[in-house]
Amino acid sequence: MDSKAMDTSKAKEVALENMLLVTSSPHIRSNESVQRIMLDVIIALAPAIIGSVYFFGLNALKLILISVASSMVFEAIIQKIFNRPITLDDFSAIITGILIAFNLPADAPWWLPVAGSAFAIIVVKQFFGGLGANFMNPALAARAFLLSSWPSHMASFTGTRPDVVATATPLAIMKYGMGPDTAASATVAAATSASEAAGAELPTLWNMFIGSIPGAIGETSTLLLLIGAAYLLIRKVIDWKIPVFYLGTTFIMLVLLGVEAEFLSYHMLGGGLILGAFFMATDYVTTPVTPVGRIIFGIGAGILTALIRVKGGYPEGVSYSILLMNVATPLIEKFTRPRVFGEVKN
Amino acid sequence: MKLENLTFKGGVNVPHYKELTENLPIEKAKEPAIVKIPLHQHTGAPCEAMVKVGDSVKVGQKIGESEAFVSAPVHSSVSGTVKEIMDMPIPTGLTVKCVVIESDGKNELHELVRPKGKLEDLSSEEIIEIIREAGITGMGGASFPTHVKLSPPSDKKIDTVLINGAECEPYLTADHRVMAEEAEKVIFGLKAIMKALGVDRGVIGVEKNKPDAIKALKEASQGEENISIATLKVKYPQGDEKRLINAILGRVVPSGGLPMDVGAVVSNASTTRAIAEAILEGKPLIERVTTVTGNGIKNPKNLLVKIGTPFKDLIEECGGFTEDSPGKIIAGGPMMGISQFSIDVPIIKGSGGILVLSKEEAKPEPIQPCIRCGKCLEVCPVKLQPLYISSYTLKKNFDKAEEYNALDCVECGACSYICPAKRPLVESIRLAKREILAKRKAK
Ligand code: SF4
Ligand code: SF4
Repeated sequence: MDSKAMDTSKAKEVALENMLLVTSSPHIRSNESVQRIMLDVIIALAPAIIGSVYFFGLNALKLILISVASSMVFEAIIQKIFNRPITLDDFSAIITGILIAFNLPADAPWWLPVAGSAFAIIVVKQFFGGLGANFMNPALAARAFLLSSWPSHMASFTGTRPDVVATATPLAIMKYGMGPDTAASATVAAATSASEAAGAELPTLWNMFIGSIPGAIGETSTLLLLIGAAYLLIRKVIDWKIPVFYLGTTFIMLVLLGVEAEFLSYHMLGGGLILGAFFMATDYVTTPVTPVGRIIFGIGAGILTALIRVKGGYPEGVSYSILLMNVATPLIEKFTRPRVFGEVKN
Repeated sequence: MKLENLTFKGGVNVPHYKELTENLPIEKAKEPAIVKIPLHQHTGAPCEAMVKVGDSVKVGQKIGESEAFVSAPVHSSVSGTVKEIMDMPIPTGLTVKCVVIESDGKNELHELVRPKGKLEDLSSEEIIEIIREAGITGMGGASFPTHVKLSPPSDKKIDTVLINGAECEPYLTADHRVMAEEAEKVIFGLKAIMKALGVDRGVIGVEKNKPDAIKALKEASQGEENISIATLKVKYPQGDEKRLINAILGRVVPSGGLPMDVGAVVSNASTTRAIAEAILEGKPLIERVTTVTGNGIKNPKNLLVKIGTPFKDLIEECGGFTEDSPGKIIAGGPMMGISQFSIDVPIIKGSGGILVLSKEEAKPEPIQPCIRCGKCLEVCPVKLQPLYISSYTLKKNFDKAEEYNALDCVECGACSYICPAKRPLVESIRLAKREILAKRKAK
C-alpha cells in the first residue's frame, strides 16, 4: 500500500471517531417532555376557561388574560435579572397565571391578578430556584397572599347571571347563613360574604354541578373541571391517588364532623374542592413523589379541608389545606420511602 | 400452573424497534481476514496467552487460560497465524490484551473439537467441565462464567433452571432468532444444565412479542414433562435476572443476593445453545449470533459471527452506513449498550448486537430541571428514587446516595428513558455506585 492511500484511510478513521457521539446508556429517550405535560394541563383547563367566560362574562376572560400575561412577563424579567435561562417555553408560567385568575371573583380589579402573579412567580417560584425548586404551589400561595392583603376584593362574589341575586358563595351561606350569631363570629376575611350570606338561599345542586353559582371564576363548574381531570388521568399526567384520597377523606371527615346530609353535596361540589383536588393538589413540584406519600398527602388535605370548613373561621379550606400539606411534603416523603425490591428487613 | 403473560412490578414500555430484523433468518457472516480475540471478555480473572506471535492455530484451539476458578478460557475462531498480542480497546470500554490472528481461510478444526458423548452418559461433573473447557460465559451481557453459576455452594438448594429468552432490549433479535431456528438446541442445553445441577424443573421465559420462538420451543419441548415455556408481558427490563425470577417464580431475590439464594439458576438463551453445541459437537464458544441493526445501517441482519470479528467487517457486510449516519455506534442495545469510539473493536462473547443510530436519533436533548413528576420512581423495577440518588450524586454527596440504596440499581436505564426533563439519572447513579464501591474498598 502506498503511503498516500494509507494517509487518506487514516484520515477517514480519525474523522469517523470525531463524528461518533459517545455517551453512556440509555441511548434512546421517551417522547415525554415537560412542555407536553404542561400543555396537557392547559388543555385540561380549557373547558373551565370557556365555562368561566360563559358564566361570568368577558370580565373573566380579561382577568385570565391579564393574569397569564403578567405571570409570563414576571417570569421573563426575573430570570433575566437572575441571569437564568428564560424558560417561558416550558409553559409553567401560563398554568400559574390561569390558576391565579381561577381563584379570583369575576369583578376583581385588573391589578389583583398582577399583584398575585408577581407574588407567585417572583417570591414563591423564582426566589426558591424556579420550576421544580419551589416548595409551595405558586398559585395557591398567591391566593392566600391576596386574601390576606385585600380581603374585600377577594371575597365579593357576583352572581353568574343578572337574575341571580345572591352574592354569597354556597359555602358562605352554609357557614353564616343560619343566623346572626354565627355571622358575628366570622373573621374579617369572611365578613363581607357573611353579611351577604345571612338569609341567602342555596342554589340548586344542578346549578352547582354545572357551575352557574357565585364563586371564583374557575372553580364553580364541577362538570367542566371533571372533564379536564378525566383528560389528565387518561393522559397519565396526574396520579389518581391524590384526588381520590383527598375527596374521599373530605367526605368522610365532613360526615364524622356531623355535617348534615343535605349539605354534603354542596360541600363536595363547592369552594374550589374539585379544582383544588385535581389541579392544585396534583402539582408535581409541591406534592410527594412516593406512592404512599401521595396517599398521605390526599388524606391530610382532606382532613384539614373538612376541619377548616366546619370548625375554622373560613367558609372554605381548600387552599390553606393544600398549602399546609405542601409544607409537610418533604417530611412525608422522608417517611414514605418505598421499600427497595428485595430489601432485607433488619 | 399456567405460565402465561407473566411480569413484574414497575418497568416501562419501550417501543421495541425489532421489526428491522425479527423475521430475518440467521445468516453466516463472511469469513473475517483477521480476528482480534480478547483474553479478558468475561467477569473474573483475565486469561494468560497460550500462544506466541508466529504460532499457527486451528479453529477451536485454546489460546488463553487462567488458573482462577472465576474465569473462562478463550479459543481461536479461525485457523491461521498469530500476528500480534497487544492491548486493544474492546466493546466494554476497557483496553485488554488481544490475540490478533490472521485467518488462512481454511477453517481447519482443532483435534479436540469432537462430540462429547450422549447426555445420558455424562455425569454432572463432566458436563460442568465441558462447559468450563468450552469457555462458555453468559451471552446476555454480564459475561459471567457459566461453570461457576453451575457450581453453587452446597448450602444453596437449587430447584429450578430458568432460561432467559425475554430479550427485552429494543432492536436486538439475536436470542429471538436462536430460539426460533434452533429451539432443539436450546432445549438440549437446558436439559444439560438441569442434569448438571440435579434439578428437575426447567422453565424458558419468552416475551410475547416472539410468537414464532414460543411456538418452536413448545414443539421442541413436547413430551418433556419437566420443561415448560412461560410467556412474558412485553415490558422493559423483563430480561433482568431478578425480574425474570420474580415474574416466573414469584420469588424475590434479596438485595445484594444472587438467584441461587432463592433456588434458581438463570441462563440466557444463546448461552444455552452454546452449551448444547459444546456437548453435541465439542465446539467451544467461538461464534455467536449478533444483530447488526438500526436506522443508521443499510441492510440490518442477524449474523452468525466469529468471536474477534471487527465491527467494521460486519457493518460493511450489512451495506455500510446510511446517509445521515453514523450518529452513534453502540455495542448491545439502546437501553444498556455501550457507545463506541471506533469500529475497530471486535465482537466478544457478550456482543448481542451492533446498533447504529442516525445522527438525528443520536442528537442529545436539552436537560431541564426535575419537575418531580415521580415517573422515574414509577418505572424503577427496584423501587428506587432515581431523582434523589441522582441529585445527591450531582452534589457529590455519595453517602446520601448510598443511603438511598444506589447500590441496588441494576442500571437498566428505565428512569432516564422516561424522564420528561431528560435528566441523566442512571448516568449519575452509575457514577455514585463506582464512588461508593471505591470507598468501601478503601476501608
Ligand atoms: S422522572 Fe425526571 S422529572 Fe420526573 S421526578 Fe424523576 S427526575 Fe424528576
Ligand atoms: S434507578 Fe437503576 S434500576 Fe431503577 S430505573 Fe434507574 S437504572 Fe433502572
